[in-house]
Amino acid sequence: MKDAIIETKDLTFSYPADEGAEPALVLKGVDLTIERGSFVVVLGHNGSGKSTLAKTFNGILLPCGGRVYVAGMDTQDENQLLAIRSTVGMVFQNPDNQIVANVVEEDVAFAPENLGVPSQEIRRRVDDALAAVGMSEFVRHAPHLLSGGQKQRIAIAGVLAMEPACIVLDEATAMLDPVGRREVLSAVHRLNQEKGITVVLITHHMNEAEDADRVVVMDDGKVALDGTPREVFTQVDALRSMGLTVPDTVDLLDRLCKDGLDVPLTALTVEACADAIYSAVAK
Amino acid sequence: MLKDITLGQYFPGDTVAHRLDPRTKILLVVLYIVALFCADSLLAYGILAAVLAVCVRISRVGIRALVRGLKPVVFIIVFTGLLNLFFTPGEHILAEWGFLHVTAEGARNALFMVLRIMLLIMGTFLMTYTTSPISLTDGLERLLNWMKKLHVPVHELAMIMSIALRFIPTLIEETDKIMSAQKARGADFESGGIIQKAKALIPILVPLFISAFRRADELAVAMECRCYHGDEGRTKLHVLQYEGRDYAALALGAVITAGIIALRQFL
Repeated sequence: MKDAIIETKDLTFSYPADEGAEPALVLKGVDLTIERGSFVVVLGHNGSGKSTLAKTFNGILLPCGGRVYVAGMDTQDENQLLAIRSTVGMVFQNPDNQIVANVVEEDVAFAPENLGVPSQEIRRRVDDALAAVGMSEFVRHAPHLLSGGQKQRIAIAGVLAMEPACIVLDEATAMLDPVGRREVLSAVHRLNQEKGITVVLITHHMNEAEDADRVVVMDDGKVALDGTPREVFTQVDALRSMGLTVPDTVDLLDRLCKDGLDVPLTALTVEACADAIYSAVAK
Repeated sequence: MLKDITLGQYFPGDTVAHRLDPRTKILLVVLYIVALFCADSLLAYGILAAVLAVCVRISRVGIRALVRGLKPVVFIIVFTGLLNLFFTPGEHILAEWGFLHVTAEGARNALFMVLRIMLLIMGTFLMTYTTSPISLTDGLERLLNWMKKLHVPVHELAMIMSIALRFIPTLIEETDKIMSAQKARGADFESGGIIQKAKALIPILVPLFISAFRRADELAVAMECRCYHGDEGRTKLHVLQYEGRDYAALALGAVITAGIIALRQFL
């Protein structure tokens, strides 16, 4: 097995409750190991604990029970907080609320400035990070004049400037239009393939999980399903019972299957799905 | 409609006035204000007005933009002028209507006061017109660095200021959206007296505040995720550096100020 970038051990978490009320556990014992260089999609409906889980990955939330290790460092160790946060970068849902400065390059430079990186090195990192997300021409732009997808790519660049080993995107595509979503996803896939950065994509869009190495489905604070996209999406009934819709292709194949047509449920892309139906009909 | 609001107006450009270090410009404005308050002769005011005119010329901002900046304070200028004109005690009475009397000293005081306020405002505006808000905050932070020893949270204040500047357009956009949403539900912002209009603003302000707090919360988490931990060990992408032109400008400013103070002694 390859080495782990993030490892949770029997992780439990609850938000502080009102006085007298019993705090409700949001995470109920999560054991998860994310391998270095992998592309992992975490799925789950609202309230399944997926965003909370993400926030424990870089010590924004500390476990109530169990442990989270980032590249071997315990997130509860305050002395290593900066090292942990620069190892696991996090991008959030609303692009407007994570851009700090009013010039793109200043914003991307924010993290390395905080880490005390020398000026020349910051310059190089800013240029590299912007190039990596395809936003080089916007160095001196004002962020509020950019589109949602562009803003989110700036936010990714801002995280990349820390040169992290892993990026966690917490519903980072939820507020974007289809074009913006595609821009962000292709940028993230490129980072994963070309730079070998581990990506944890948290989403409730099934389609974003198709190209992942691994899909983890969260339900009620626990890992419900875990495996390759094929393995997970073929469990149509289990997914539906957790309030998740399956990808359109799988949905179609599943219905055909129930109608007696002999098609496999493993075709995720539109082409594979079409081929599967064709060969089943041709038989 | 709210998009038209311009705050901390900045006219981008690439003149010497724009390229000067923000710290230099802040110091020059301070020097200019000192000189203005020391000036007490027509000659001195003439020199200072000429200095401003030269600076405006160099910056290519255009005198019209500067004069426009005076508009909001016209009332104060006129009021101070009249007050000085009529209520300065003196011996040489030029004119008298009842209890109002204009003395020679009064006329002089009024003229100087009006000149002083106008030059002061135009001088300060020239700085904000030629310096982007970020570099202005940056300059202020560096300039007031010594106050950190007195436990003044200089870095924090500068950070607050730059985040505020960053969120002005975002919040304006949001206000526009909320107003449209309320209008679509039949809200009326135009009719009625002042009190009614003020009341009509409540359904805008409440959601705006709530969302601003939510934004602040999310931004704080995002900043923490990017390793923000205050001023300690922080570096900068752009490090401010005094150059030849800054020293030259400061020297020139110091000479002019000294000259104005000297004029006061000799005239």
